[in-house]
Amino acid sequence: MSWQADIGLEIHVQLRTRTKMFCGCPNAFGAEPNTHVCPTCLGYPGTLPVANADAIRLTVRSGMLLDSTIGLRSKFDRKNYFYPDVSKNYQITQYDEPLCIGGHLDIVVDGQTRRIGITRIHLEEDVAKNIHFGSDSGVDFNRAGTPLMEIVTEPDLHTPEEALAFLQALKQVLQYGEVSDCNLEQGNIRCDINCSVRQVGAERLGTKTELKNMNTFRGVFRALQHEIPRQIRELERGRSIVQETRRWDEASGRTEAMRGKEDAHDYRYFPEPDLPPVQLTEEEVARWRAELPELPVARRARLVQAHGLPEYDAGVLVADKEVADFFEAALQAGAPAKAASNWIMTELLARVSETGASIHSLRITPAALASLLQLVEKKVINGPTAKEVLALVLAEGGEPEAIVKQRGLAQVSDTGALEAFAAQAISANPKSVADYQAGKPAAFEFLVGQVMRLSRGKANPQLVRELLKKQLG
Amino acid sequence: MAALTELTVSEAVRVLSEGGTTSTSLLEALLQRIDQHDGAIHAYVSIDREDAMRQAEAADARRKRGESAPLLGVPIAVKDLFNVKGQPCTCGSRMLEGYIAPFDATVITRLREAGAVIVGRLNMDEFAMGSSTENSAWGPSRNPWNTDCVPGGSSGGNAAAVAADIAFASLGTDTGGSVRQPASFCGCVGLKPTYGRISRYGVVAYASSLDQVGPVTKDVRDTALLMNVMSGLDLRDSTSLNVPTPDFTTALGRDLRGLRLGLPSEYFGAGLDPEVERAVRAATDVCRSLGAEIVSVSLPQTKFAIPTYYVIATAEASANLARFDGIRYGARVKADSPLELYEQTRARGFGSEVKRRIILGTYVLSSGYYDAYYLRAQKVRRWIRAGFDDAFRSCDALLTPTAPTPAFRFGEKSADPLQMYLSDIFTATVNLAGGCALSVPCGFSATGMPIGMQVIGPALAEETLLRVGHAYEQATDWHLRRPQLKASV
Repeated sequence: MSWQADIGLEIHVQLRTRTKMFCGCPNAFGAEPNTHVCPTCLGYPGTLPVANADAIRLTVRSGMLLDSTIGLRSKFDRKNYFYPDVSKNYQITQYDEPLCIGGHLDIVVDGQTRRIGITRIHLEEDVAKNIHFGSDSGVDFNRAGTPLMEIVTEPDLHTPEEALAFLQALKQVLQYGEVSDCNLEQGNIRCDINCSVRQVGAERLGTKTELKNMNTFRGVFRALQHEIPRQIRELERGRSIVQETRRWDEASGRTEAMRGKEDAHDYRYFPEPDLPPVQLTEEEVARWRAELPELPVARRARLVQAHGLPEYDAGVLVADKEVADFFEAALQAGAPAKAASNWIMTELLARVSETGASIHSLRITPAALASLLQLVEKKVINGPTAKEVLALVLAEGGEPEAIVKQRGLAQVSDTGALEAFAAQAISANPKSVADYQAGKPAAFEFLVGQVMRLSRGKANPQLVRELLKKQLG
Repeated sequence: MAALTELTVSEAVRVLSEGGTTSTSLLEALLQRIDQHDGAIHAYVSIDREDAMRQAEAADARRKRGESAPLLGVPIAVKDLFNVKGQPCTCGSRMLEGYIAPFDATVITRLREAGAVIVGRLNMDEFAMGSSTENSAWGPSRNPWNTDCVPGGSSGGNAAAVAADIAFASLGTDTGGSVRQPASFCGCVGLKPTYGRISRYGVVAYASSLDQVGPVTKDVRDTALLMNVMSGLDLRDSTSLNVPTPDFTTALGRDLRGLRLGLPSEYFGAGLDPEVERAVRAATDVCRSLGAEIVSVSLPQTKFAIPTYYVIATAEASANLARFDGIRYGARVKADSPLELYEQTRARGFGSEVKRRIILGTYVLSSGYYDAYYLRAQKVRRWIRAGFDDAFRSCDALLTPTAPTPAFRFGEKSADPLQMYLSDIFTATVNLAGGCALSVPCGFSATGMPIGMQVIGPALAEETLLRVGHAYEQATDWHLRRPQLKASV
């Protein structure tokens, strides 16, 4: 018997806004508990929400990037449930009139492109964080009320690989759209899974379970790797799948039942009376559309066309918006395109993957990289010296040109000095000279190496070859 | 000259500006009269005398510097659900015992900017749910005209204080009649402005789509003065209206020629006390004699107002009151789990009427019942609004009784919630329809209890209401009568 899984994702994305969703508190991560709070986000009596226009714009922008339908009218609703992390014991969200409806995102898995449907995108407020210490618990409301966008997909994904590819593609689009930093460590992007299995060819979807508590994309992948076979096993043993919410346990690598259908909340949604419906204008939506940033596919094509980069290189650079931004900033500062691409793809990305940090947190700036590559291009330094300088900049920061000067690393192109080194090498190695004259090219390379050594690596290798050839006649 | 405490706000402003008295003297006289009479009335739940005196001194200093402001130096009392920074705000509930407001409501800020001295917080039915103040956790207020009778509610403390001259004017809220009905029961003027005219920011919510701040005053001019100060767009309240605030006092002092006033037949039917009907019909004749044309209109939706109101208001309240859980502020009963903490805190903190309405509201929003109750009530609400729109095509305003009876006795209706709910039958429709309405004194019952007439207008027609109310007031003296109080100290 052959089985197929049907997977839908509910992805929560924290938006990159200056302030919270319904009050003026800063939308910032990492502050001391309960310092970014005010009566409104603490749910004090008498306070009222005021919708953050920028959060609405970013949600609509996300919808545009995912080809959603943007309605001009939308509204907020109250979702009622008691929990200490919800300051009002209702969450302001969007129930039946979300900002964006429909849409899709293409993913590539094993060289095959698949189009994954988006059901809807809505805007809501994030909840606080419960913190447990021993016998006590505390609530940190800094996160309460920060703008949260929820993207719901159709159950179009069939494998853990596809789910992972979708999340990576989505992250790329959202970063490109400057909608969210998508920083996983800070919880900028969180995901719940709806998963069911059915026999291949069966028309109806199987009974689904909802999986929660995956903190990383890897967690999503692993949870599905566990859950899909679990459901298949159940069905093959003649049992049925229970509709329930299951919790992913990262440590044990298993999902376990959390609550059943009968324990599901009745959220008693109703329209938020404190907020009039959102009414966008045609002009506003048109303006936002005109402001849409370039997406990876378009950027890749542009890099190939404008700078003559190979397709492969352009693909590597645009995979991460920050890397592509770094590349283009270096070009702006005067770096030659192909060299910049090579150096970023090899030296810098190696460092990035070693440290796990972002390319912008490296100690080399795009301008410094440009300056370094210009030094190579103008033959002030040679390749090996450039790597040495790069290592210095990465370790201590600083300006390549100044470092070259300060440390006397400029390559020696002074013909007089090099002629002397060449003569010295020739007189010290008569056997090599004889070998060379007997037609052994390796002997010539040995002599070049000797001159380089005498110059302590700073000689212009091109010039050395010319001078040696001249002296050897 | 009359005693200082008998002054209206406009009179007090005049006397103060003429140098006839000071804000501190005014406040002292007021506090002294509160000491004499509030024991019997119980209009106030808390007064910070030192804070009030500091404000009065500051007002006197401003005046000395030559400054002027519309309410400079006049003490104003507020219902106990306005956030006044640094002061308690209990909403008549044990749930908020010990709670100190961390900020000023927008209306409080506006009153302060206009020079008012915020003095004392007034008793109310718990979380504005009730029509008699019998639901206050701090005990009921008493009607100054007969202390065996209720003052109405939920802004009962407001009306009792103004009627007893222990407040010059007061700020209340009206969700289904909570300003107008007590004003009617105590012989005061009460206005429910158009929804969105006055900011709700800082006003503890009962039913967000119906709540509106409104003044309770001694006469119509004072209502106009307070409206001038309180109205206008507030960016902190997304439901506040972006419309210019007129000078409401320009509506005063005109006759009623050219105005068409409608009498909705549904408001004069079964259940209406005959004395109330006589008084309102007589008031109608006065309006006719002042030049108004009186026409008959029909509002067939009237009988659906109360059920519709109690579905929508309780639904919104069930969510609005969810925040009172003992976690962040207010009363807390310690327990071993969050769920138990909620249950214990809310079981002890809320009174029975509040619990009844939370349960009702939770029920009408529940899965499987939402369509039959909440959604249908929203449809009926739109139909009620359409009915008012129709009526206002043939008249400028409506004249009706404010309440079906004069003030009733304590305990008379508290045993039967449905009877109590019917007290709002003539008022709640206006909140549902989104218009505005004014209650003015229009007579007394045989037993000496005040009767109120309601003037209802479409949205933003406050000036018409004030014009009718003021012209009527000028032609009658009901608003000048004062209850005989027995000093309790």
